[in-house]
Amino acid sequence: MTSITEKRAPRTHNEKRKTRGTIQRREHLTGWLFVGPFGVVFLAFLIAPLAYALYLSLFQKKLIGGTSFVLFDNYVKAFTDPSFLSGAWFVIRFALVAIPVQIAIALAMALILDAVTSLFTRFSRLMIFLPYAIPTVIGAVMWGFLYSRSFGPLTDVFGFFGATAPDFLSKSLIFYGLLNIVTWQWAGYYMIILYAALQGIDPTLYEAARMDGAGRWQIARRIKIPLIAPALILILVFSLIGTLQFFNEPQILRYLAAGTIGSDFTPNMYAYQQAFGLANFNYGSAISFALGGLVFICVYAFLFFTRKRRSFL
Amino acid sequence: MKTRRTLATVAMLAAASGLVACSSDEGGSDASNCTNTITKQDLPVVTMWAWYPNMQLVVDNFNEANNEVQVCWTNVGQGGDQYDKFQTAISAGTGAPDVIMVEMDRIPTFQIQNALVDISGYGRDAVRANYGDGAWKDVSVGDAVYGVPVDGGPLAMIYRKDIFDKYDITPPTTWAEYEQAAQKVKDAGGPLFGDLGANVPALMMALQIQKGAAPFTYDSAQPESIGVRLNDQASKDVLDYWAGLVRKGLIGTQDQFTPEYISGVINGNYATYISAAWAPGYLTGAGVGQGQDTGTFAVAPLPQWDPNNPVQVNWGGSAFSVTSQSKKPELAAKAAYGLYADQESLTDGWTNQIIFPLNLTALNNPEFVDLKVAFFDGQQANKEVYVPAANAYQGVVYSPFGQYYFDAMTKQISEMSAGSVTGSQAADRLQEDVTKHATEQGFTVR
Repeated sequence: MTSITEKRAPRTHNEKRKTRGTIQRREHLTGWLFVGPFGVVFLAFLIAPLAYALYLSLFQKKLIGGTSFVLFDNYVKAFTDPSFLSGAWFVIRFALVAIPVQIAIALAMALILDAVTSLFTRFSRLMIFLPYAIPTVIGAVMWGFLYSRSFGPLTDVFGFFGATAPDFLSKSLIFYGLLNIVTWQWAGYYMIILYAALQGIDPTLYEAARMDGAGRWQIARRIKIPLIAPALILILVFSLIGTLQFFNEPQILRYLAAGTIGSDFTPNMYAYQQAFGLANFNYGSAISFALGGLVFICVYAFLFFTRKRRSFL
Repeated sequence: MKTRRTLATVAMLAAASGLVACSSDEGGSDASNCTNTITKQDLPVVTMWAWYPNMQLVVDNFNEANNEVQVCWTNVGQGGDQYDKFQTAISAGTGAPDVIMVEMDRIPTFQIQNALVDISGYGRDAVRANYGDGAWKDVSVGDAVYGVPVDGGPLAMIYRKDIFDKYDITPPTTWAEYEQAAQKVKDAGGPLFGDLGANVPALMMALQIQKGAAPFTYDSAQPESIGVRLNDQASKDVLDYWAGLVRKGLIGTQDQFTPEYISGVINGNYATYISAAWAPGYLTGAGVGQGQDTGTFAVAPLPQWDPNNPVQVNWGGSAFSVTSQSKKPELAAKAAYGLYADQESLTDGWTNQIIFPLNLTALNNPEFVDLKVAFFDGQQANKEVYVPAANAYQGVVYSPFGQYYFDAMTKQISEMSAGSVTGSQAADRLQEDVTKHATEQGFTVR
């Protein structure tokens, strides 16, 4: 606001002194009015629920004995709770595998689509992006059926080679079953972001590189990838946050494999179960905040190690 | 400038009032959005949540016959989905209906949160003789009554006649015979004999109770004290028995109520299905017994541990309870006692196999007893199996943290099926887990 008032300054000295205060005050008010609608929604739907959850997480409600203030006891419990820790360990392991896989696939596809121009480019781009347009819930249900050994295609495919189909909903293979669903869903989305970043590169750079004798592979490695590094880091942060908050897909597949996917499978599911299944809103809130802390630490650590390459945040 | 500011103010006020409008919704307790149509507009209305498939008819029958109160019914989801909503309403202190359908094993869970009303004083004596003692015990905590029994789930063994004939098996009457028959079918290259689903812990609890386990002892007169016995010898024996069947490859470990399991039942992948009296109705609804498998099902009594002292157990079964958020508990209790208690509703329920009625006027009705059940190819299943099982049922004491117990049990059955723990170890871990939870919740564990 101040810069605007400053620019308006050139008037006669007397006038300026007289009206400056009123104008400033009036513009101040108008500014607040413009921010108002956003501010109200922001406070009502983000800050207030967060504050309330934080408040809840400091209490403990027992079936016998009622509610009492316990300060950080719920957090102490969360970080010693095998259910929370195993869930957190699962999403961290999942992130370590799923994110590189997704980004590698997205990057490869983006580079290919960028380098090859043919009739099929637009069509392939749309097809690769399509899974992202399918709601995660529908996607999870669909894969749940595809994984079925009695009416999914796996039995036929494996039967053709005389093998028995793997059960991707079993304890030992659920990791890969989920990995496949998540990659299918998100790789196309990341591809579009990277593709858009590639389109933004000045083509004269390629020309210069070609004149210096660089091949397609070298152009991709030495020019394209370094130039889209900020976009790569952006999608890494997106996928890191998304994976640590893993919820939709396992929650849906739970209807098909409750034995494999327990109620504490991921920290978010555990928080949901505590709050809405067991009416333990206090502990559920504490788990949510503990997870929030974990996400913050992971993202911060990641941004710290990539601080030289990023151009945003 | 002035007009613009006025506009901005108006816009902001509009946005703010929109927010207010959103928050003034009263949710589930609102009587204006019933699924049924209330014709007697001048009578007081109580709201209700229930998920019986023929609930529309049941409510219409009640409203038509009653001149004191009318029921406004909605189906907010089946089982767990409804409990989550009810639980949230309890925590919020508002939003619950007046009358609610709950499975009997959940009653103590809600009762201990003071979410249900003791309805013994609201005309229970008039209907006391209409239900058996076991049914009353299941809806009671101590002497207080927290629900009106509607349907039960006496357990039995559903089996495939075609598979039994092919492998020359007669229905096993003891669990030892069950295992021998399973081995015989396996040795002859036949299908799996049964299934242990990790997602049906209530069934495992019933099977443990059959051998003499008493998982919980609890009295509302001493609400802070609870007995937890999840790893006594009977509980361990039953878990070890089922773990053994899995280890020997005699039964499957597929989660039940899933498309995968149902298609297995239709395909004849399982020779038996240990389940409750409502199972035929459920299976019919899921498409079982209507194609190539028509007329292949039959039912026999649940196998016993000691044939000289048979024990009958129950899985599921529901009741109508009055919630403590109700402002008209007396009228709500009238509805709870009257709904699904008239002959027309009951007859519709049992002829369509939606419920196994606990109301003795239906249970003792010769037409019900002699019914030739279509799903069982005309077998008189009620007379031969289910009615005797229901009559011998003694009732159970359920825990006040049913959700936690069942979740923990699912986890252990899943571990057991994967072979990472034995049945006995699973029982010990379950005991440890549930005891810890009970202590954390402030109980003194006996």
